[in-house]
Amino acid sequence: MRSHVTCTINGDEVEFLVDDRQTLLDALRDELQLTGTKEGCATGDCGACSVLIDGRLNCSCLVFAREVEGADVLTVEGLADADHLHPIQHAFLEGAALQCGICTPGLLVAAKALLDRNLKPTEEEVRYAIAGNLCRCTGYDKVVRSILDAAAEMRDSAVVS
Amino acid sequence: MMYTAPVTVDEACQLLASNSAAKVFAGATDLLPQAQAGRRLEDVLVDLKRIPRLMNLEVDDQGWTIGAAASAARLAEHSQLRSEYPGLVEAVALIGSDQIQNRASLGGNLCNASPAADSGPSMVVNEARAVIVSTAGFRTIPIADLVRGPGETSLEPGEFVAEFQLDRPAARRADAYLRFTPRTEMDIAVVGAAARVAVDDAGRCTDAAVVLGAVAPTTVRVGGIAEELVGSTFDEEALARCAALSSEACRPIDDKRGTKEFRRHIAGVLTTRVLRLAAERASEQR
Repeated sequence: MRSHVTCTINGDEVEFLVDDRQTLLDALRDELQLTGTKEGCATGDCGACSVLIDGRLNCSCLVFAREVEGADVLTVEGLADADHLHPIQHAFLEGAALQCGICTPGLLVAAKALLDRNLKPTEEEVRYAIAGNLCRCTGYDKVVRSILDAAAEMRDSAVVS
Repeated sequence: MMYTAPVTVDEACQLLASNSAAKVFAGATDLLPQAQAGRRLEDVLVDLKRIPRLMNLEVDDQGWTIGAAASAARLAEHSQLRSEYPGLVEAVALIGSDQIQNRASLGGNLCNASPAADSGPSMVVNEARAVIVSTAGFRTIPIADLVRGPGETSLEPGEFVAEFQLDRPAARRADAYLRFTPRTEMDIAVVGAAARVAVDDAGRCTDAAVVLGAVAPTTVRVGGIAEELVGSTFDEEALARCAALSSEACRPIDDKRGTKEFRRHIAGVLTTRVLRLAAERASEQR
């Protein structure tokens, strides 16, 4: 069965047609061409497909596309502000916190979920916040340090503005 | 497959009554991985998350009402629930990553009926109740009667769990949950142990219970714990006898996560630790 879904994605109201059995991950990639969100395991273990739904971190492979009717969805494409990278993206670049890059979109979104609610996380809190995101290349130290750097940067700019 | 999202309990009951091939879901954290592994999805899936009652989380003088579809994250974030049922909340908070916490529900964790479900021992030890609904109306059962065996519940066709109820805990009473997993996080319990303890002004035990998970087809309430502990101050000897009772009560299987002998041993170790933790918490309460 195919149905219409209307929701907000990265600030834009969108309407698309999906099969009822389609996951949000498949709808993002195949119907909306938002291929920044990656498919890793497709069973909720790896976090590569992480998105925010109404501000909450979710694996888009564990969500039916129909479920986001009326919801506010943020994917990795929504992090940057036009040509300006989000401070988390900038920190990942500066910190070389990636190698093959497949896990990166999910890690960026998971980091945003953390920093949206806690701009002064401890290293332990960062590690818990990305525990649902698997990386098989770099190890996690550079990722953790980059998220802590991004938090510091975001705290500083919050004081300035 | 057809996706449906009713907004009332009645509407959901009607969908189940009129489609024998309908199935309810909340977080889909078990449903979608099973489908990915090749299990055919039901003809009609009923998403319960648009029904306010199923997402409810509230407390009054009578007790707690927890909607069956409310996410683990919402339970874990509720400071009053955390202070009244710290063991239940620590069990629920152990279920998966933040991504899973934001989706997984108490109803799904229990009705998926895995012997290793982390919420099972805590819900049973705290004598929670399940409110079950169908077109025939509501019925309330003790939580221990909900799960029959691996993947099997006592729900009849057309029924689903609407909510869970818990009494307000008495003064100087507390619960705790500990589990053993090969990894420290993001893993499935090899043994889970929940304890509930009540103490008097002097810290002496007035009541105690232990329920184990992952060591039998369903949760196991360990017999004789209160008899060993009431009147004691949780001394080593009494706790050692409780550990032996737990090891004895297990009916474990051998699998890749642990042998029978290992599970029996760990059930005893966790029993001692979880009783001590619950006793400390109960003593700290005024």
